[in-house]
Amino acid sequence: MTEAAASLDRAALPPLADASRPVRGDPFAALYRLLVLSFVAALVLIPLLATALGGFKSVGELRVNAFGLPQVWVWQNYWDILMPEQLQSAEAWSDVSQWGANLLEIGRHKYWQFLGNSLVIGLLTVFLTLAVAAPAAFAFAHLRFFGERFLFNYLVLGLTFPFATAILPLFIKVRDLGLLDTHWGIVLPQVAFGLAISVLLLRNAFRQLPYELVESALMDGCSYNRIFVSIVLPLSRPILSTVAIISFVTSWNNFLLPLVVLNTTRKYPWPMGLMEYQGEYMTYWQLVLAFITLTILPAIVVFVVAQRHIVAGLTAGAVKG
Amino acid sequence: MALSDSFERARSTYTRGGITTAIIFLPPALVLFTVFVMLPIGEAAWYGFFNWNGLGWPQKFVGLDNFEQLFANKVFHRALINTGLIIAVSLLIQLPLALGMAVLLSDRRIGAVTFRMIFFLPYILADVAAGLIWRYMFDGDYGLVSQASVALGGPPIYLLASTDYAFAGVLIVIVWKYFGFHMMLYIAGMQSIDRHLYEAAAIDGANAWQRFRYVTLPGLAPMIRLSVFFSLIGSLQVFDVVRALTFDGGPLNTTHTLVSFLYIFGITRMRVGFGSAIGIVIFILCVVVAFSYKRIFMRHD
Repeated sequence: MTEAAASLDRAALPPLADASRPVRGDPFAALYRLLVLSFVAALVLIPLLATALGGFKSVGELRVNAFGLPQVWVWQNYWDILMPEQLQSAEAWSDVSQWGANLLEIGRHKYWQFLGNSLVIGLLTVFLTLAVAAPAAFAFAHLRFFGERFLFNYLVLGLTFPFATAILPLFIKVRDLGLLDTHWGIVLPQVAFGLAISVLLLRNAFRQLPYELVESALMDGCSYNRIFVSIVLPLSRPILSTVAIISFVTSWNNFLLPLVVLNTTRKYPWPMGLMEYQGEYMTYWQLVLAFITLTILPAIVVFVVAQRHIVAGLTAGAVKG
Repeated sequence: MALSDSFERARSTYTRGGITTAIIFLPPALVLFTVFVMLPIGEAAWYGFFNWNGLGWPQKFVGLDNFEQLFANKVFHRALINTGLIIAVSLLIQLPLALGMAVLLSDRRIGAVTFRMIFFLPYILADVAAGLIWRYMFDGDYGLVSQASVALGGPPIYLLASTDYAFAGVLIVIVWKYFGFHMMLYIAGMQSIDRHLYEAAAIDGANAWQRFRYVTLPGLAPMIRLSVFFSLIGSLQVFDVVRALTFDGGPLNTTHTLVSFLYIFGITRMRVGFGSAIGIVIFILCVVVAFSYKRIFMRHD
């Protein structure tokens, strides 16, 4: 398992052991393979395509033409979500001095607001996770102190804890701390629940650094703090980005915690905003579909651009945890 | 092994200044973890024995009342059955599908990378988005499933309004969203299988099925155990998909999972004691799965 994990770390898609070479000279094997794969791919992609295309249809067409391309492409569905109506005309943008105010207005528009909230919550979570987990992982990897093993096991215990068990007491704690309906009320518990896996991944990686580096630095009179900042961190960029990806994706998609902590629509991250929008426009599927498409678009774009890192990060995190 | 031994020895030689660094580096993580993970879990065990609406301080000790109510609750029974169904579908449909796709995509033939990415794509979507996408697919008036039925001359299908089949919708979404993740685990596992084994098997005249059965499968065993473990733990915590697909538990509360039951009957009604009791049950199930699994299967990995 460790070997598999290690190979996951290096790259998502390295050259492979040839596990399933078809019987040579059987042209049908390749054909069947392609047919099966295409069938499964269609099952995966059709719901996504239907969603994106449905956002371009009118509600009437959606009802009678679920499968085909839109007969009339209704860009307005998407446009209304991206841009406040009063700013959609060319005149609204004719006054250059108004552009700043216009952009601000767009930023207050639901869709951008939801994405912005998710971005803020995600970045705070990533930053705090790294700031808290990396020093702790360094201490566990390179320092000797009383209770080291106990404290490490204590933290790693968090791996087996289901989040749902903590949610009600967590609500009460967040309320008592005065963090209800704030982004910090989401960030702090998220960071805490991500610590177990983050510290574990980071400690294992820190330990694999050549110890001679730390040793010679110590002999030269370098302090542990310096070693951490100047030697260990710069050499650990891959694992730091893995941890960052895991905590950002988890935060970006988190739903239950914000659902319990927040009650002001303006502060919602996008999954809650999406549910809110769906509840509001329930009978206008074309709008809901356009909204879904636009909210999952950032994730899909990032995935396509950085697929190797994302796949390696997410699977490595799971395997080593 | 040898490496970590020499590591330990080397490490114990130099500890000057280490303790002060540890005193600065550890507390933030330990405090956050204690306040937002350990205490809430412990408090759940404590609140579970009280009847409390969340205001003031829990005072009305009711012993095991919450648990008795819970196990007498018909909706909770349904939630348990549904969780069992998720586990069954994960193990009997999702994992074999993932394994099959992994075998077809384990080498670098043309298109392999593209297909992998397509299959992994649903995994990166939020459960809420996946749930809503399928809420549209299953919609009786607009959805593709129903319209396909009508186009073939059948009746429109209101799947999510059916007390018998609404939960099947949840199961489909789970398989759709997660099989690509398990496939990636298997592909990674296959990469660590020694390719000489395949050559040896081929020389011995093993056919494709025999190579799969006697080389791939045993070599993949640790990864399969791991993915079964993820499926079990994940099945106990399904919530977002149910929320997006059927909102408050579907027709006549037939689509509840353990966590959606906790949300509707514990959190939205602010029954802290009852909700915590549900949380404890989920906790015990998770810990039992985790520990027995580690004991039985993961001893050597």
